Amino acid sequence: MPDGTLLQRLLAEDAGRLLDDWTREQIASTSLRRDLISETELRQQSADFLAALREAVARGSLESVAGPEWAPVRDLLSSVSRSRALQGFSPSDTARFVFSLKAPLFARLREHAPPERLGDETWTVSSLLDQLGLFITESFQKSREEVIARQQQELMELSTPVVKIWEGVVAVPLIGTLDSARTQVVMENLLGRIVENGASVAIIDITGVPTVDTLVAQHLIKTVAAARLMGAECIISGIRPQIAQTIVHLGVVLENVTTKASLADAILVALRATGYTVARVAPRS
Amino acid sequence: MERIPILKMGRFLLVTIQVDMHDRLALQLQDDLTERIVKDGARGVLIDISSLEIVDSFIGRVLGNIAAMSRVLDAETVVTGMQPAVAITLVELGLSLPGVRTALNVERGMELLQASLDREELATLEHDADPQG
Repeated sequence: MPDGTLLQRLLAEDAGRLLDDWTREQIASTSLRRDLISETELRQQSADFLAALREAVARGSLESVAGPEWAPVRDLLSSVSRSRALQGFSPSDTARFVFSLKAPLFARLREHAPPERLGDETWTVSSLLDQLGLFITESFQKSREEVIARQQQELMELSTPVVKIWEGVVAVPLIGTLDSARTQVVMENLLGRIVENGASVAIIDITGVPTVDTLVAQHLIKTVAAARLMGAECIISGIRPQIAQTIVHLGVVLENVTTKASLADAILVALRATGYTVARVAPRS
Repeated sequence: MERIPILKMGRFLLVTIQVDMHDRLALQLQDDLTERIVKDGARGVLIDISSLEIVDSFIGRVLGNIAAMSRVLDAETVVTGMQPAVAITLVELGLSLPGVRTALNVERGMELLQASLDREELATLEHDADPQG
């Protein structure tokens, strides 16, 4: 069984030229997105990887890359895949970072390995690189998922601001589809701000809600009921013609809720309810 | 036995719940309150629950019942100072207390009671002045 001494020797003695060949190989590859990464950065990543690989081969087994001695290599691959996920590389581009090392490495094996051991050596190196390739793909996937999760979180926080319109009047402009989780956040935010501002009227504007189904309507009714329990009246505004039709066709009953077509109408009603009046002081120009 | 005090303020009764409501206490309050409404001839009841952190379906139902009973005795009920978490819980339990009026704090609740009492008296005065109308 090959013990990796040949691979170790190759990586140690021929490091400079191997790096040159490998970098050239990667750049020559037609699929490399030259617009996303500079040659210097690529060369730096490659050099770091070769150095880490040399260390790991010298210290650990070639059977599995899960051991502690492979930790630096794994960390390096994770950081490479993370940066590539952010730069917008495709998964195969990222995996090719490892797989493109095969060509220059196999060429050297053919030169240096004794013919009777060439097959074994090639197999060892190949399976090692395959494992590393799978690892980088997996961590690429993971970093993409992290990006998605973070965006979802940001969306959740961004999309539910409660704004103070006037003394005693708050409004929440809803944007995007309402699901149970979002309704919960909206409800908590709105009720919290009602207490904070001592608001007696809350406006829920659904201009940015693309569709209203029975579930969304149910969520809206719940929010209105909760606000009412705390002593604030709710006005739902921004109901588009199609939405109004859908609500009626679905048989949703909104009879205890004040509804207005536009936010402006709702603000007017809210101001009147809190004892203000809106008047034009200068003639229309 | 533990009791929630009922305070008389003019023509209204004021109840502030500052301890954890358990079932027996809620029923006791219901008894006491109906009795006091009749005895004092109260026209309004204000229940402040701003220190109530936890509410269950039973307490929610008792609050609704108190409001309904008061209305029968010609007194209006206002529940004030409900915490957001309590409001969400009640709504999730399907108890939106339909007959109960609500206000953000005791001050607003008192204004609400006073306003509806004034309105009622105004209507009575108008009726007296113009019995045919």
